[in-house]
Amino acid sequence: MTVYETPLPGIGSRKEIELRDGRRIGIVSHRDGHTELIVSSLEDPDACVASVPLSHEEAASLGALLSAPRLVAQLEDEHAEVPGISTRQMVLASDSPFVGEPLGATRMRTRTAASIVAVIRAGTTHPSPGPEFLLEEGDVLIIVGTGEGLRRAAEILSL
Amino acid sequence: MNTTTLALIELGAILLLLGGLGRFAARIGMSPVPLYLLGGLAIGYGGILFGRDLNPMTHDSELVPFQDISEFTHLASEIGVVLLLLMLGLEYSARELVTGMRASWRAGLVDLVLNFLPGAVAGWLLGWGAAGAVVLGGITYISSSGIIAKVLGDLGRLGNRETPVVLSILVFEDLAMAVYLPVLTALLGGLSVAAGAQALGVALLVVAIVLVVGLRFGPQISRFVASPEQETFLLKVLGLALLVAGLAGALQVSAGVGAFLLGIAISGATAHSARDLLEPLRDLFAALFFVLFGMNTDPRTLPPVLGWALLLALVTALTKVATGYWAARRAGIGTAGRWRAGAALTIRGEFSIVIAGLAVTSGAMATDVSALATAYVMSLAIIGPVLTRYADGVGRAAARRQSRLAGAQTASGRTADGRTAGGELSLD
Repeated sequence: MTVYETPLPGIGSRKEIELRDGRRIGIVSHRDGHTELIVSSLEDPDACVASVPLSHEEAASLGALLSAPRLVAQLEDEHAEVPGISTRQMVLASDSPFVGEPLGATRMRTRTAASIVAVIRAGTTHPSPGPEFLLEEGDVLIIVGTGEGLRRAAEILSL
Repeated sequence: MNTTTLALIELGAILLLLGGLGRFAARIGMSPVPLYLLGGLAIGYGGILFGRDLNPMTHDSELVPFQDISEFTHLASEIGVVLLLLMLGLEYSARELVTGMRASWRAGLVDLVLNFLPGAVAGWLLGWGAAGAVVLGGITYISSSGIIAKVLGDLGRLGNRETPVVLSILVFEDLAMAVYLPVLTALLGGLSVAAGAQALGVALLVVAIVLVVGLRFGPQISRFVASPEQETFLLKVLGLALLVAGLAGALQVSAGVGAFLLGIAISGATAHSARDLLEPLRDLFAALFFVLFGMNTDPRTLPPVLGWALLLALVTALTKVATGYWAARRAGIGTAGRWRAGAALTIRGEFSIVIAGLAVTSGAMATDVSALATAYVMSLAIIGPVLTRYADGVGRAAARRQSRLAGAQTASGRTADGRTAGGELSLD
């Protein structure tokens, strides 16, 4: 994928990729560090239909949401030969009882036989998190298990 | 009451007024600059407070408004100009300027010719001589990079394709200022055209040297200014800026240009923290500069030049639209984007006032200059952003008309090539 970068003198720079339908999607990174998400218009390719300022945290969370499916797909590929096992991503909602709790408190393996193999937070992937790993709101949990195990895992997390 | 207490009361009242005006400007989403000028007009010579029995030519010392703080406001407004230009320089790194120049020199030259000439011709027709023509040319030439960047951000147009075209024209203008101001200083100092040409040569040389030094030694200069404590950093940056500005002024290069070039030489993280630190100071001193400019403009000198100012605003709005349209078209931007680029460039602001301020303080120019500049900037600083907002709709309508026309022509048996050419012609 080619990323096109255009300097914006006095402001920062614009980095974007071109989508299959010809639209541009990307960011304007301001020199003071904040980011703006931009999506170009179909009707007028020079203009933008959306231009949304994002804080550091928001940008990182959005990045995690966008990159999680790819990680899931990779893991699916890796254990494709094991029938009955699949991978899901689950977002820890703000009302989950495990926000601020260590991962061990979910007792996930004991209760569902499914394992949390990675946590994506603020754009960074934390692989194989230990039981002491503290969960936060908005964490994307990558969970591997059987269909039944994953269903129960979803129930436990959202209880 | 002694003079110090009086001065405190007067200064406090002025700042409070400016704060209120700024708040109002922010609420209706416009630049505060025109309102600061208006505030200055209202409270200054011939304004509502001091309007009676005052001859604008011989300011009666008994009636001089805010006399107790006149020395302070004079110096403060000089510092305001230095800080405005220092902040402008801090916005750019030498590298950005060089790449921007390379991308935009053609559009920059078109911009210079189309927008300097109307002002220069008007100055000549008004009988203000060579210096007057150069002053008025500069006032109509320079767009406000500050207000434009703000307006484009507010309208969510930073991601648009025509925006880099607009910004690189602004880079050209801002660099052109560094050459223009020394020439202006020489001309206003009553020097001959030959001395003006010499000043031009010196200015070009100095700008070139600063760009090379900025490219090569930017990090070293930045490190010299940088300091871990905010307090010492502020003192170092401000001290260096005033020192360089003063020296540049003494060398006839113009104080503002010295500060601007210093700003360019400082780059990276140092420039970033310097911007954060100096912004409130710039806001304070620049506001005092604008209000003092307004105060020194007698509102009664406005009506005679109002017609000229509005005519000039109309003509130079059109020439800026033409510049932006042309530049965007060269960059391969569609019809709607060309109109957006053109409209954004019509915004004039702080630097037109800086130029007028230099002309007035030199004493070489008729006081009409400040009245004309005030009316001119007030109209384009207010109308420009409105034009920019609605250029999108106008541009889209133009693009639709164009494609309709093109459709009609294809129906009558034109080739695909003839279609685009026909569509473009219909617009001009």
